[in-house]
Amino acid sequence: MTEYKNMDSHVDTAHQTHTVTMVDALNLAMRRAMIEDDNVVMLGEDIATNGGVFRVTEGLKDTFGVRRVMDTPLSETLIAGMAVGLATQGIRPVAEIQFMGFIYSIMEHVVSHASRMRNRTRGRLTCPLVIRAPFGGGIHAPEHHSESTEAMFAHIPGLRVVIPSSPGRAYGLLLGAIRSNDPVLFLEPKRIYRSFKQNLVDTGQALPLDSCFVLKEGTDITLVSFGAMIQETLEVAKTLEAEGVSTEVIDVASIKPLDSLTIVDSVKKTGHCIIIHEAAQSYGPAGEIIARIQEEAFFYLRAPVGRVCGFDIPMPYFKNENMYMPDQMQILECAHKTLKISQG
Amino acid sequence: MNINNSQTEIACFRIYREEYLNSEGELLNQLPDNVSKESLVLFYKHMVYARTFDQKAIALQRTGQLGTYPSALGQEAINTALGMTMKAEDVLVPYYRDHSTRLIRGTPARDLFLYWGGDERGSMFSDTNAVDFPDCVPIATQMSHGAGVATAMKIRQLPQATVTTCGDGATSRGDFYETLNVAGVWQLPLVMVVNNNNWAISVPFSKQSKVQTIAQKAIAAEIHKLQVDGNDPVALLSVFDIALKRARTGKGATLIEAVTYRLGDHTTADDARRYRSDADLQTATQLEPMIRLRKWLTKHNLWNDELEAQETKACKARVQVEVKAYLATPPQQAEDFFDYVYEQCPADFAPQKQAAKAKMARLQGH
Repeated sequence: MTEYKNMDSHVDTAHQTHTVTMVDALNLAMRRAMIEDDNVVMLGEDIATNGGVFRVTEGLKDTFGVRRVMDTPLSETLIAGMAVGLATQGIRPVAEIQFMGFIYSIMEHVVSHASRMRNRTRGRLTCPLVIRAPFGGGIHAPEHHSESTEAMFAHIPGLRVVIPSSPGRAYGLLLGAIRSNDPVLFLEPKRIYRSFKQNLVDTGQALPLDSCFVLKEGTDITLVSFGAMIQETLEVAKTLEAEGVSTEVIDVASIKPLDSLTIVDSVKKTGHCIIIHEAAQSYGPAGEIIARIQEEAFFYLRAPVGRVCGFDIPMPYFKNENMYMPDQMQILECAHKTLKISQG
Repeated sequence: MNINNSQTEIACFRIYREEYLNSEGELLNQLPDNVSKESLVLFYKHMVYARTFDQKAIALQRTGQLGTYPSALGQEAINTALGMTMKAEDVLVPYYRDHSTRLIRGTPARDLFLYWGGDERGSMFSDTNAVDFPDCVPIATQMSHGAGVATAMKIRQLPQATVTTCGDGATSRGDFYETLNVAGVWQLPLVMVVNNNNWAISVPFSKQSKVQTIAQKAIAAEIHKLQVDGNDPVALLSVFDIALKRARTGKGATLIEAVTYRLGDHTTADDARRYRSDADLQTATQLEPMIRLRKWLTKHNLWNDELEAQETKACKARVQVEVKAYLATPPQQAEDFFDYVYEQCPADFAPQKQAAKAKMARLQGH
C-alpha cells in the first residue's frame, strides 16, 4: 500500500480524541495558543460575538473575554495597521480578514511595514502577527469571495505565506504561525473548511513553516500542490497508482519562503513533475517552483515540468467557477502527457 | 440652511483654539499651571539644538554626505513640546519630520543622520529610546500603528500614552480617519498630533480640504479635539500635557491640530519657490516660534545675547560630535541585509547571500 510520510503529526487514529473539520482544528489551535500565551489576541470583523462568518473563532470571546477577542470597526486597513502596532509591543495579534477578496487594502501595511519592521530596525522591533483569510473558490460564493491571489503576497520579502490542506496540518501550521516571530499570512482554503474530518489530538505541537510535506511517496512522477487542490491531487495519485504509475505527492504548505529542497530531491528521483494550483497561471507559484527545479535538477528531468493552474482570467462568478477550477481530469491529462514525453 | 419645523437640532459641536504667547512675544494670558518659566528656557535651548541639527543636515546633503532630508524649519515648537511632555515609557509613532522630539527622547543625532544618510541602522536607536517607531514615509499609515500600540497599552491596562503625528496632507487619507474612529469607539490612550504646516509638498491646505479646521475632523469620531497655535510653546506644552494625562488615565484619545508653517522646502529634493510666493514666506517667518519665545524670555531676563551665543556655540559643538560619529560609522556588511528579513535565514537565502557578499566586495574594490 501507499505510504504516508510526514502527514499529520497530530492525527492520531489510536486515541480518536476529536474528530474535526478544518474549522474546528483552527479553532482548537487558536484556543490552545491563547491558553499558552496571554499575549495572543484576536481581532477582526464579526469574530467575537458572532464567532466569525465561518465560525472559526467561535466561543473564543466567551473563554478569553473582549480584551483579547476584539470585534473591530469595519476596516481591513485598520485591522492590519493595528496588528502592526500591537505586534511591535510584544502582543501576538491574530487578525482575520473576512475574505481574501477584501485583503487588498491592507497591502500597504503588509508590504511597507509588517514585512520590513524587523529589517528596517535591524531587529529592534519585530512584527509577530498572523493575518488569517479564507480564500479560493468552490463554495458558490458571491463576487470577490473566491479568488486565489497568494502569489501577490509570496513576492514580499519578510512575509511568510502558509496554506494548510487538511484539519491536522491546519492545526499544526496555525500554531506554528502564531508562535513564529515573523509576520505570517495564513490562507485558509475554505472549500475544505468542512468537507472532511480527521481525528486530532490537541497536543499543542506545531508544524514547521519551512518545509513541504511529502504526503505520499512514489518513484515515477511528483505531483506538487497545496491548499484545497491537494484533494484532487491525491485522487489523481490514486488513479495513477491504479495505472501502475508510482506517484509522489508533495504539499508545499508554506509557499514563502519555499522549501525547494524537498521538491528538487523528489524530482531528482522521479524525473517527472507537475504542479497544481487554483491561482491564475501567469506569475503564479508554479512558475517559481518550476524555475527552482530547472536550476537544481535540470539533468534529472525526463520531461518538461507541467502545470495545471487557474486560467489567466478574472475568477468567474459561481455559476461557472467549475470551468475555472482545475479538476482531476486536467491533472490526469497533464500527468499522462508528461509521462508520455519521456517514453518518446 | 433652512431649518423647518420638521427638523430638530440633535447634536451640536464647537471647536476651540488655544494660544498663550503671540508672535510679538506677549503672553495673552498668564502662564498655565502646567508650564513653568524654567521649562520655557529649556524649550528654547531644545529648539536651538534642533535648528542647529537641521541646518547641519541640509549642509551635509548639499555636500553629498547625506541623502534627501526633510527640514523641520519653522515647526520645531510642536516637536519640542512633544519631546518635553512625553514620558520615557510613552511611545512615539511619528511621521518623518519630528526630529526634535526624537532628539529630546534620547535618540542621538548620529542615528538620524544615519537614517537620512541611507543606512538602516539609523532606526536601531543606539541610545535609550528603544520603544519608539522608526520614521514612517508612507503617509498616514503610522496612525493606525499608533492605534495598535495604544490598544496594546489598553489591553495591558498600562498608564501610558501613544503619540502619533502626521502632516496636514495625511488628514486626507483613510488611515487618518480610521484611526480617529477606532480611537473614539475604543477610547484609546492615543494622542494624534497634526502638524498643519499648510503644505503637502506643493499643495496648500486650501486645496487639500474644504474644512475650516482639521480639529473638527475629530467630531466624526467623538474624540476630544483642539486647535492650537503650533508656534506657541506655552500653548503646546499645556495642551500636550493635558492630552497625554487624559490618555494615561483612561480618559481616551485627543486630536490636536497644531497650526504652523513649513518655512523650508518639503525636502532637500524640493524647491518651494515653484509653488509659493516670497511674500507668503516672509509673512510666515514673522510668526515662527523661536523669535517669539526669545522675545519673551529676554523681556523676563531669562535670556540674553550672551546666553544665545553660548548656547549656539555649544549646540554646534554637540552636533559636530554627532556628525563625526555618523561619518565614522563602519559600512554595513552584505549579511546585514539578509539576517533581519526573517528571524532566521531561510535555506534558500544562502546562495543569494553569497552572491551579495561577493558583489559587495566587488563594489568596494576588494
